[in-house]
Amino acid sequence: MFRLFNRPVWRRIFNRIDVEHGSITLDRKRVFILPTPHGLMFAAVLLLMLVGSINYSLSLGFVLTFLLGGMALVSILHTYRNLAQLTVSAGKIMPVFAGQPASFPLFLTNSSSTERYAVGVTPEKHHPQFVDVPAGATVTTALTLHAPQRGILRLGRFTLFTRFPLGLFRAWSKLDLDIACIVYPQPDTARLPQLAGIQGRGDRAITTEGRDDFRGMRPYHTGDSLRHVAWKALAQGRGMLTKQFSGQSRPVLWLNWDDLAGMDTESRLSRLCRWVLDAQNASLSYGLRIPDFTIEPGNGEAHQRTCLEALALFGIKDR
Amino acid sequence: MRIRLKLDNNTWLLAAMALAIAPHATRLPIWITLLCLGVGTMRLFEVRLPARWLLITLAAATAAGIYASYHTLFGRDAGVALLVAMLTLKLLESRTLRDSMLVIFISYFLVITHFLYSQTIPTGLYLLLVVLVITTTLIGLNHPGRQIEPRKQLRIATTLLGQAVPVMLVLFLFFPRVPGPLWGMPGDAYEGMTGLSDSMAPGSISKLSQSGAVAFRVAFDGQTPRPDQRYWRGPVLDFFDGRSWSATTEPVPKQAGITATGDPVSYTLTLEPHNKRWLLALDLPAELPTASRLGASFELLSDQPVRQRLRYRAVSYPDYQAGLIPGATELIRSLRLPSYGNPKTREMGNAWKRTSKGDAEIVRRALEMFQNEAFFYSLTPPLLGANSVDEFLFNSRRGFCEHYAGSFVFLMRAAGMPARVVTGYQGGESNPFGNYLIVRQSDAHAWAEVWLKNRGWVRVDPTAAVAPRRIESGLAAALPAGEPLPLLAQVDSAWLMKLRMSWDTLNNDWNQWVLGYGQERQYDLLSRLGFEMASWKELTAGLAAGVGALLLAFSGFMLWRRVPVGADPAAAIYQRFCRKLARVGIIRQPNEGAADFAQRTAVLRPDLALSAASISELYIALRYAPQPNPSDLRQFGQRVRDFRPYRIKS
Repeated sequence: MFRLFNRPVWRRIFNRIDVEHGSITLDRKRVFILPTPHGLMFAAVLLLMLVGSINYSLSLGFVLTFLLGGMALVSILHTYRNLAQLTVSAGKIMPVFAGQPASFPLFLTNSSSTERYAVGVTPEKHHPQFVDVPAGATVTTALTLHAPQRGILRLGRFTLFTRFPLGLFRAWSKLDLDIACIVYPQPDTARLPQLAGIQGRGDRAITTEGRDDFRGMRPYHTGDSLRHVAWKALAQGRGMLTKQFSGQSRPVLWLNWDDLAGMDTESRLSRLCRWVLDAQNASLSYGLRIPDFTIEPGNGEAHQRTCLEALALFGIKDR
Repeated sequence: MRIRLKLDNNTWLLAAMALAIAPHATRLPIWITLLCLGVGTMRLFEVRLPARWLLITLAAATAAGIYASYHTLFGRDAGVALLVAMLTLKLLESRTLRDSMLVIFISYFLVITHFLYSQTIPTGLYLLLVVLVITTTLIGLNHPGRQIEPRKQLRIATTLLGQAVPVMLVLFLFFPRVPGPLWGMPGDAYEGMTGLSDSMAPGSISKLSQSGAVAFRVAFDGQTPRPDQRYWRGPVLDFFDGRSWSATTEPVPKQAGITATGDPVSYTLTLEPHNKRWLLALDLPAELPTASRLGASFELLSDQPVRQRLRYRAVSYPDYQAGLIPGATELIRSLRLPSYGNPKTREMGNAWKRTSKGDAEIVRRALEMFQNEAFFYSLTPPLLGANSVDEFLFNSRRGFCEHYAGSFVFLMRAAGMPARVVTGYQGGESNPFGNYLIVRQSDAHAWAEVWLKNRGWVRVDPTAAVAPRRIESGLAAALPAGEPLPLLAQVDSAWLMKLRMSWDTLNNDWNQWVLGYGQERQYDLLSRLGFEMASWKELTAGLAAGVGALLLAFSGFMLWRRVPVGADPAAAIYQRFCRKLARVGIIRQPNEGAADFAQRTAVLRPDLALSAASISELYIALRYAPQPNPSDLRQFGQRVRDFRPYRIKS
């Protein structure tokens, strides 16, 4: 009934799961079901009840034993139905810093007319999350993995399972959605050196962008400081605009890999990460120079993300 | 103080256990009941659980207490007590899901132990409710995190059990039945069964007659015999020790010699278990049920003690002549009296022997004495001393059937006539709904048999001489006003009577078809279905096939016929179209629009281009129309139905 013995199935059972993209509907080739240890214990209790009924010729004992046995058998279908035909897709994954937990949002869509209860989601060998998915609804759950080091953290294989309603059987489906989280280096504790110290080295300053002289306005970008928003313009109905200034007081920073000579790669990346955060925090215009890669100076959340990604993926894959 | 009842897992678990234990409460020692209540209260108010060492001490103390109460830890009653106590204590260390699951499984097991005591319809219904509550609890336990709504929980439990019923029926009817027991039964397994005893002392039958319990039910093939013919023969008692009558234990050479003088009566008798070997039969049985034999005193004996409701067929002759030429030992035994005691009765017997013309006259004189002198029929006679027969015949003169039968036999023996006491039942209540006779413990009776030359053993019922209505209309009619009556023997109103009879019919059917469903009935059913002599293997294979077919039917209903909710009907039809294309190898990508898909189809299969394009156009029009036209929808459905892409062999 569940096509237990064809070959692709065995491949799946033995953890040879194909990586897939987009949303996956758990069709009957993907869902497996086996008794749980509790199910085996229940079977032993039923056997004991059956032997007792035979020995004492208890007609109602037979009725009870067979009723409970029938219930256990029927629960296979209920457990299976609770998982089968569920659609799984991944949500947007936010980057994290090394050492933080990475969260992988998953959308579970139930397009059937029966509610699904206690569907568990777990990465390999982790504590599961349980969600109910009402009929016709989509719910969000998240898998959380610890991100120990910078780079790309792949979610890899994870399991959707359920033991509902009786806990005697467990239906499961192993999936690999090929989703990953970018893990930034862990920010160093050493702060960005005093701005004055950097200022002295004229070669780093290419342009200045400060608060001194009003230069003009440009459309607001996410991450622009709210202090620079032209509120008057907004009140006039001209939309969100950001005021731009030019001045000498705030130089452009070059965050330079070569300035950190004598440290190993990871420490350098950690240090640079801290500097990027500090520079962004101070609303400075900053550029990043790491071997084989240069990011022109800029500011804003998108710029920061570009820099941090460059640091996260340094030496990991071809660009 | 307002107590809000919150239906969480803990409450469900406690309710399930309380319901499962409750019927045992009357049978358990009071301290176990109190222990259950105490632990339940602790859990209800979520008192901190005791430490492990305390728990172990408590468990050991409980086991010791049970040993002290029952003098054993095994057997039915002690076993149940132990199970209840340990289940209760397990509740004190239930912390994990595993613990709770174990409690649930033991509770299910506890349900079955009730059937050791009672298998009536009310018990069955009650325990079905208990199973529902336990299952509901189990469902709650398997919903981690937030509590599931009780309504949903209950609905799922009902669905599961409801779907289990057909599976249960198939298994119940066709699971190969073997006659039990598989091994020795605990000694107390059959305690508490009522019925005749193998000895009769003053007061023993009047005590039994207070019980309204059913002794047996009889369905006659033809006419029901007249009330005065309804003597149901049980144990025959021929030994008197001065106080009580009992059966001689030494074997007696088998006697033949029954001659029928009237028409036979055939019937099917369903005997309630009484844990003794005798079977009841209409006086006097000729054709015997299987696994039984007729004893020397024409008592019907089963090879095994009757420990389950037993159904057998027999043929009897109400008019008969038996024991014309009795054996010497038999006669000697029927004349034997204790060496001392009851001198007045002995003297009267001797006097009658001297002054009477024959044996028949002695019998007549005795019956006349009972009839004409001031003897009274009573359920509550005064207690009798050492010379019980003398005291009864000459002083108290108030007694129940055992007094009359016992003293009559004593008197006959004193007069030199072979006589013996026969116990059994007399009468029975007709059930018009089920067309059978109900004989209750309150119909228990004792009468006498005397041996007369040329006539053999003749039944004489001295009670009939004192209270003729006892024989004609039963106990209630015969007792004088003011006597305490057994509940069911009381004369009640017509509608109550009707209700009682309908209920008894239902019980009888339940006994016959549900509780009495065993190997014999199973063979009967199978041969009716055309499986003559089905082997164990065939039964098992058929069983697996039957259960498999049921599950397939359920899964078809549950899994493949489920309707997506809230879906646009047009979208559902379009899905069908996509499935048809998928079958020929053209699979729509999740992000592919209907128009793009139609184009791709046209490229891959030019032969389908036209129909695919028109279906897609219709779909787009319907899907995005503000108010889809039903006739368009029908047309769309028809197009998709007609769309039959054939597979191209590659």
